[in-house]
Amino acid sequence: MSLMPILKWLRRNFVVIAGLATLAYLILPNVVVMVFSFNKPNGRFNYSWTRFSTDAWKDPCGVADMCGSLSLSLQIAFWATIGATVLGTMIAFALVRYRFRARGAINSLIFLPMAMPEVVMAASLLTLFLNMGAQLGFWTILIAHIMFCLSFVVTAVKARVMSMDPRLEEAARDLYAGPVQTFLRVTLPIASPGIAAGALLAFALSFDDFIITNFNAGSTVTFPMFVWGSAQRGTPVQINVIGTAMFIVAVVVVTAGQFIANRRKNSAKA
Amino acid sequence: MTALAEAPAAPTVRKASTRKRLVPYWLLLPGILWLIVFFALPMVYQASTSVQTGSLEKGFQVTWHFQTYWDAFKEYYPQFIRSLLYAGTATLLCLLLGYPLAYLIAFKAGRWRNIVLILVIAPFFTSFLIRTLAWKTILADGGPVVHALATLHILDVTNWLGWTEGSRVLATPMAVVCGLTYNFLPFMILPLYTSLERIDSRLHEAAGDLYATPATTFRKVTFPLSMPGVVSGTLLTFIPASGDYVNAELLGSTDQKMVGNVIQSQFLRVLDYPTAAALSFILMAIVLIMVTVYIRRAGTEDLV
Amino acid sequence: MTDSTAGGDVRLTGISKTYGSFTAVHPLELTVPQGSFFALLGASGCGKTTTLRMIAGLEEPTTGTVFLGDKDVTDLPPYKRPVNTVFQSYALFPHLNVTENIAFGLRRRGIKSVQKQVDDMLELVQLGDFAQRKPHQLSGGQQQRVAVARALINHPQVLLLDEPLGALDLKLRRQMQLELKRIQTEVGITFVHVTHDQEEAMTMADTVAVMSGGRVEQLGAPAELYENPKTTFVANFLGTSNLIEAEVAERSGEDLVVTAGGAKLRLPGGRCSAPTASGGKLLVGVRPEKISLAHRDDEGAIADGRNRVTGRIVDSSFIGVSTQYLVDSPAGSGLSVYEQNIERDTRLVPGAEVVLHWNPAHTFGLDAAQAKDAGVEKVEDAA
Repeated sequence: MSLMPILKWLRRNFVVIAGLATLAYLILPNVVVMVFSFNKPNGRFNYSWTRFSTDAWKDPCGVADMCGSLSLSLQIAFWATIGATVLGTMIAFALVRYRFRARGAINSLIFLPMAMPEVVMAASLLTLFLNMGAQLGFWTILIAHIMFCLSFVVTAVKARVMSMDPRLEEAARDLYAGPVQTFLRVTLPIASPGIAAGALLAFALSFDDFIITNFNAGSTVTFPMFVWGSAQRGTPVQINVIGTAMFIVAVVVVTAGQFIANRRKNSAKA
Repeated sequence: MTALAEAPAAPTVRKASTRKRLVPYWLLLPGILWLIVFFALPMVYQASTSVQTGSLEKGFQVTWHFQTYWDAFKEYYPQFIRSLLYAGTATLLCLLLGYPLAYLIAFKAGRWRNIVLILVIAPFFTSFLIRTLAWKTILADGGPVVHALATLHILDVTNWLGWTEGSRVLATPMAVVCGLTYNFLPFMILPLYTSLERIDSRLHEAAGDLYATPATTFRKVTFPLSMPGVVSGTLLTFIPASGDYVNAELLGSTDQKMVGNVIQSQFLRVLDYPTAAALSFILMAIVLIMVTVYIRRAGTEDLV
Repeated sequence: MTDSTAGGDVRLTGISKTYGSFTAVHPLELTVPQGSFFALLGASGCGKTTTLRMIAGLEEPTTGTVFLGDKDVTDLPPYKRPVNTVFQSYALFPHLNVTENIAFGLRRRGIKSVQKQVDDMLELVQLGDFAQRKPHQLSGGQQQRVAVARALINHPQVLLLDEPLGALDLKLRRQMQLELKRIQTEVGITFVHVTHDQEEAMTMADTVAVMSGGRVEQLGAPAELYENPKTTFVANFLGTSNLIEAEVAERSGEDLVVTAGGAKLRLPGGRCSAPTASGGKLLVGVRPEKISLAHRDDEGAIADGRNRVTGRIVDSSFIGVSTQYLVDSPAGSGLSVYEQNIERDTRLVPGAEVVLHWNPAHTFGLDAAQAKDAGVEKVEDAA
């Protein structure tokens, strides 16, 4: 009857309750996006619930230009990931494994893009492109994306390479592997989780980028820009379909990855 | 122990051939060149643009017109203050909301750990614009959330504080801060989780063994050890939030415009390049100064 | 043992290594005879690992030459040297299973059919059931054996072992010492073994080189090093020694007579590495287990011709097989005596007046110009 046991319980489980509340706050918008992908709104905007329908799921590309922008975003994200991962991995190896001049300056050059509001980079890059008279579009977007993904890849790969035991490479050299063989057979496979993490991050950042893209795209429309435009003109339900599909794919891929990793670990114990 | 003392310090300096000595430079060259041309050089162009005068038709010339900075600041200081205020509030909220969740994942989740982690990361893969638009639905006028806030008289409090207006949440500072907090929350949680996870749980037992209550253990052991995560989390939240214009545009009204909105419209709509350049330089300066002071005070300089 | 006629010897001539202003290894002459088990023994930072790495080619010597047999390999990179290493903490490739780890060297040399050799190796190190495991699925001792197999499968001229047992607990370490010794006898390859554990070096090696401060202090068979140390470092680092400051009194035949704290002590002249001019100072050494302890009342029963020192027991500790006593005497304080627990004399308790006596043949003499406590294990090193 008294309130004390309840208060005591709340106090003991404060972290769990607060944590789950935050988790709910994080997930809520995704739930809303999913639910509203089954909406059939009156009018142009999909903000309030009208009635259940699977129309949008049956015809995901039924909105002019949307799937085109999606495919463009995927292409840009793909190439930006490759570019940033290759360049970033090279830098990370140089930083960890070698001594050279101007290390401080290079470190700041890598840190600064992460410590800079996106809008500042976006605006200054546009100034450069305007001054050079560059044609805004696919290439300017790709250049910009490689630029801001690079630092994140360097950070991810560097952490992994730093934790690598240098004796492993010595062991490879001791066992008749020349420099190239050592790199391909030992260094790269062991550094690969860091490289994969960097690449995944680059892909997510590039695919979802709006601010820098908005400045440097000219009349080219990526998927985030399409969503932005539709927020002004009217939001088709198909946007929610794409959003939901991406969420599900992401959850499935990450869960599968975890599952495989876990199974490996378990079979290890057996 | 023995090995560490005896292993030669770092990669050995040898009187190697020139080719060998050039290896790091070849590795660095493409990436660093990319950053110089597409990150550093644009800053120079922007600096030059900010002191130009002229018009779109006749073109712009460098006239060292520093007046632009003062004019821009005078005209848009409310947006600057608003940006810092919103970004600061959102960062604080992220820390308050994110810490329990990071702590939960690190120490209490047990076999649920991976699932909770996936749920934190997965939203990343749905376009943040779509998710931000969802907040328009959640906070819709007359919707269940607003209704609940009104019934609990929370709206009265927030109205009195000036965070909301009447019976609306949308198009108020609260909506914008709510959106910013939501958008950057994972950037707070992940670094916090990383540094919490590294803490040896035996330290908690040791603290308890040495007469620390759970609260004292947290204050004297857990929190200090999670400082690297707190520092990088707050930076990863505050920096992008201060330049953001998406949340203010989608969830706010003209009264919630942040400096990002101004730069965006000056650059892409008004086409007043000098003012836009000056504004983004002021923003950059403010952010860099705040970040530097913050990192110095937090005492962790090796974040890179 | 430094005979250089054999074709497969490892010869280091004038080899040295400096990092900036720090000299890790002073110019060094060393010959490891073919087929021997050779140990480099020393405390951390003495230069033993650097020496090993120069043989492996992982470290470029600042001066000098490395010969394998008659071949100068100084300028060869590690992957071109017929030398393999068992690394400290093993450095097994975490992404490859046991078979692939062991086959790594063969594959890099372009050998396609490796299965037979890998199987033989797995049998040699008794790991047949673990061929498909990843390194992290193995215990420390198993990882250690994989590391040995991975190196040995290449039939190197020399196998280098860098503290290979350092990460194992004491019991496993004893077991692996025997196992390594067995393998070495079986394959007959030259082993160069780096360790800081003097007991390990003495059990396993035919020849031990004791290193300190980048120099070889003394080189020889384990028993010779123990019984006849030439420097205070060796006397203290290998086991425990009582070192007593003394003055040369006279020569009497083969023996040297010295005085210390009023006592007259004899030692064989051939066991003295110090100048023996009359009146000169030297350090007289004797191992604790060579000394017998008698109560002062029984002094008359001690045979003639033995060295004697009188003193008083200040501490005693019972450790099972023996009892260790600390004795203060006019000749020196804190002398250690280890007495077997055969017939315990109940009078030998702290405070008792005693006589220490031992056979003069077990006495050795050292140059008094050295630091007396060089090589004594410090508390912080013991971890």
